[in-house]
Amino acid sequence: MTDATAHAAPARPRFRFERWAPAILLAAAIILYIGACIVTGQTQYLTWNNLLAVAGRSIALGITAIGQTFAILVASIDLSVASLISATAVLASVIMNGDPAMIVPAIAAALALGVLVGLINGLIITRLDVNPLIATLGMSLVIQGCLSAFVSNFAGSVPSQFQFFAYGNLAGFPFALIFFVGLAVVAFLVLRFTRFGSDIYSVGGNKDAARFAGISTARTIVFAHIICSVCAAIAGLYLASRLRSGAPWIGANGVYDLESIAVVVIGGTILAGGRGGIWGTMAGVMIFSLIDSIFNIIGVDAFAKQVLRGVIIVAAVAFYAVRSKRMVA
Amino acid sequence: MTGTTASRSRARPLPQINPVYFILAALIVAIILNNPAFVEPTGYMNFLKRAAPLAILAAGQVYVIVSGGFDLSVGSLITLVVVGSSMLSNNDPNATWWVISVMFGIGLGVGLINGLVVCYLKVPSLIATLGMMITLNGFVFLWSGGAPRGYLPDTFRFFGRVNIMDVPLIRMLPVALIVLVVVGFILYWLMHRTNLGRMIHAIGDNPRAAQLAGVPVNRVRITAFIVSSLSAVVTGILLGGFAGVSTDVGTGYELQAITAAVLGGAMLLGGRGSVPATIAGALTLTAIFTLLNFLGLPQPVRQVVQGLILIAAVALAMYRRKRTGQ
Repeated sequence: MTDATAHAAPARPRFRFERWAPAILLAAAIILYIGACIVTGQTQYLTWNNLLAVAGRSIALGITAIGQTFAILVASIDLSVASLISATAVLASVIMNGDPAMIVPAIAAALALGVLVGLINGLIITRLDVNPLIATLGMSLVIQGCLSAFVSNFAGSVPSQFQFFAYGNLAGFPFALIFFVGLAVVAFLVLRFTRFGSDIYSVGGNKDAARFAGISTARTIVFAHIICSVCAAIAGLYLASRLRSGAPWIGANGVYDLESIAVVVIGGTILAGGRGGIWGTMAGVMIFSLIDSIFNIIGVDAFAKQVLRGVIIVAAVAFYAVRSKRMVA
Repeated sequence: MTGTTASRSRARPLPQINPVYFILAALIVAIILNNPAFVEPTGYMNFLKRAAPLAILAAGQVYVIVSGGFDLSVGSLITLVVVGSSMLSNNDPNATWWVISVMFGIGLGVGLINGLVVCYLKVPSLIATLGMMITLNGFVFLWSGGAPRGYLPDTFRFFGRVNIMDVPLIRMLPVALIVLVVVGFILYWLMHRTNLGRMIHAIGDNPRAAQLAGVPVNRVRITAFIVSSLSAVVTGILLGGFAGVSTDVGTGYELQAITAAVLGGAMLLGGRGSVPATIAGALTLTAIFTLLNFLGLPQPVRQVVQGLILIAAVALAMYRRKRTGQ
């Protein structure tokens, strides 16, 4: 979504490349996936159901990454998502405790916790001028500490009705996948067609210029953080539904904080803010789950998988960053 | 702007003392009040010994922070050093020296790769070192098969574990403390007394301006990453001395090192930071943990306190900067 520059001047080739890089990477991942299936003769992985399974594999990461996109677009970052995911999953499953009547209060409580955490993050960053990395890292430690003070194992349980969120099907598609794509569409519409969306790009692109243009930068940053935390809360609800209970380590185990950042950056949203978008993030999520599937198909050792994963993250970001003329640190 | 002219017009401005030293002093007083045995050499020497690894790590990390980046890979590098040393030395006490050399070689390589990826592939250091962290963690598991075998020979554990006894005045002197003083002094000298240190400050403050002024930006940045990785190797060698061999020795150390640097007044995204203040920051963090231990508070509370301190330290620094108009 580099439209701001595209309008002003004839599009320069560099911008076009950055814009299409996530799509190129995704295409490469898909080709590799198909190639791996054919070469190893495991064509059963190419069926429709299996492709849906690949897409559904990283829904929790995807939902978190949608929120993280908002934070990174305003030139901020959120490291507290992983512990917030654990906290909301535990909170929801403890409140539900197997009782279908408590589903709505539990969801409301989880979302409220998300709003609260996002609000505090945003206020610390804007009012106290604390670097977002430190603010959200501190918040992450606080949440994780509070959580493990109360819970040390799977706590509460999720009624079967709520498991529909993770396991249910709607019109032949997994409900969670429909929800995830729906959320991405909403996020896209907000970023593309609302005033708040354009404020986000302005604030991320140049905070001072945005302020002089009359945009309330602090409010935009706070709202971006609230969206980010609410998305993490939704991801926590999804994980509670999938695991049938919440545990204080599910967020940290999934490394959702760092992986959501990696996915967003692979999707072409730059850490400096102001450039990128939801579809890049979606491509990044798909690339991640395709890579995982490719590793499974060709039977890479679990530990070697991790080594390759680290290399791939860096290589994917380098793929388009290497052409940039900017200095990075 | 008024702040700068005001301070210039004053004939001799009062020396500004970093607040971290006051906080450290206050914490030590609090520890002594809680546990009078702390004034005995065994008390404070054991404290310094426990703080030494983090202090060295943070002193290396501050190089990268001042240059404007982050190094998240140090925690997993520590793990690699501890696990790798136990795999390589294979319980042979004579292997220690070449194993340590190999580890420094690995550290050099890791720092070099981090720096090259940041400078030439233009990957932001957050992502580059995050990728390195994931890769090294995977590599540790791959190498050790998930469950590291063996233990470190006593000649290797010498650095982290042994106390030299019967020293006049202080009775005991941990080797780890000697390592801290030597490494700390070298890092202090490099950062605050050489051109390298000035150039690191310059590229952290404004890389473009530094480049126009003739600073070899890439070379300086790569050096900063190498210093950080080498300090992580030293930390790993010390930790191997008193912690056991496991695949999570280094977990969380990268964040503690950044916390220590921030407590010492280092500015994230570059341009400001000091090695002695960072070491004081690491001591402060260890003192806080010691104090919480004495008070009998459990691990989760330590986490909450660390989080709140981190936020408060930066908020306070920003408030001071705003007030003084710098």
